[in-house]
Amino acid sequence: MIRVMLPTHLRTLAHVDDEVTVEVQGAVTQRSVLDALEARYPVLRGAIREHDTLKRRPFIRFFACEEDLSHESPDAPLPEAVAAGKEPFLVIGAIAGG
Amino acid sequence: MSGVRVLVGTHKGAFVLSSDGKREKWDVSGPHFSGWEVFHMKGSPADPNRIYVSQSSSWSGQVIQRSSDGGKTWEAPGGGVTMSPQGFPMGESNKFVYDTSEETGKPLTTHQFYDGTQKPWVFKRVWHLEPSLTDPDTVYAGVEDAAIFRTTDGGHSWQELPGLRGHGTGPQWQPGAGGMCLHTIILDPSDPGRIYIAISAAGAFRTDDGGKTWKPINRGLKSQYIPDPNAEVGHCVHHIAMNPKRPGVLFMQKHWDVMRTDDAGDNWHEVSGNLPTDFGFTIDVHAHEPETIYVVPIKSDAEHFVHEGKLRVYRSRTGGNEWEALTNGLPQSNCYLNVLRDAMAVDSLDKCGVYFGTSGGQVYASADAGDTWAPIVRDLPPVLSVEVQTLP
Repeated sequence: MIRVMLPTHLRTLAHVDDEVTVEVQGAVTQRSVLDALEARYPVLRGAIREHDTLKRRPFIRFFACEEDLSHESPDAPLPEAVAAGKEPFLVIGAIAGG
Repeated sequence: MSGVRVLVGTHKGAFVLSSDGKREKWDVSGPHFSGWEVFHMKGSPADPNRIYVSQSSSWSGQVIQRSSDGGKTWEAPGGGVTMSPQGFPMGESNKFVYDTSEETGKPLTTHQFYDGTQKPWVFKRVWHLEPSLTDPDTVYAGVEDAAIFRTTDGGHSWQELPGLRGHGTGPQWQPGAGGMCLHTIILDPSDPGRIYIAISAAGAFRTDDGGKTWKPINRGLKSQYIPDPNAEVGHCVHHIAMNPKRPGVLFMQKHWDVMRTDDAGDNWHEVSGNLPTDFGFTIDVHAHEPETIYVVPIKSDAEHFVHEGKLRVYRSRTGGNEWEALTNGLPQSNCYLNVLRDAMAVDSLDKCGVYFGTSGGQVYASADAGDTWAPIVRDLPPVLSVEVQTLP
């Protein structure tokens, strides 16, 4: 069970109030977690990663365990604490505004 | 009793304003899609309860949602009202992919950037949604970077009509200050194959075969900010309006200049006349009087606020050239608002109602064709678009 925390706008879009959970088969990576997330919430397709290329959208960041994982390979294993469900995988909207 | 429903898109959500035919008392619902930019929302002429909305954000991109109950509830198209076993919306409505197929999309390569270099097309957002006049599930979408898409399944999937970008002048199109957007789509009720569109900054185009082939319709436009002021394309057209009862006559608010054509865009001539400034964004036509048109002059392309600190709608009852200022009920001092291109609309009640929204979050209504005005709401987020549905 992988815990995922979404930014406010995406929680609204997916009609969820809080942290969500997804099941991942095999290696727990950014790609496998986001694939599972989009399979469960199809409305999020294109809102975190670009359609087709599956590149992270420019203003979206990925954090976990107090680390910025945004520029890690999408196929790199996520921290063990995320894989074990002890810590959430955080999808963050980059800070903008005044 | 008949009524109206005013659909307002703002920088931070959508609002639905409803009234009976008197248009004196209003119910306000919203914000819908709170926190998202809503560039446009529009109802289907074939089914007034079907409303489409374009919501977008710099963070999370484009989403299309729709309502089938007049704006009470919304869904991301694709799964109808069906939810997943966990109770989540199933829709996937945000996929706009340019046609790059060998057959039709291969020649569609680059457009001009601000600095004159060539850039590839990159999808940014949907600026305008134009539902079909006859089918609630068919909608046209004008997008940035400029292209036109169509859905025939109620917004679930979208396909580009590539003949527009492919007709040959694409490399000369360039973005205006707001981006290279296709912001205006007008369907001709007398000819199902005829569609008009406008792009900042490329100009106006027309198809007569349902979107397969397009031609520029900019003869008569003059723009000093392009190397050849009379060029076939490159003009920053801000908006076009048409009275559906007289489809061949169009009115245009260009970057500068208010223009008119009487031959479906083949030739344009200027009708700015006695306007205090002919820069502006929005323009519309009275529902019952095809020669009565409305604009909101803006001071200049460098100063995007109304002229002389006065919010004035200008009305011409002669199809242009002779204009009168409409000020009754509008602020006439210390006012520095803007009114954007898609932020004015008219209803079709017996006494035509006129509506517009401002950068200050006001939505003004006139139930007497512009003679008097009153705010429906005063303190919304900055208004991006206003559309009106006249209900039976």
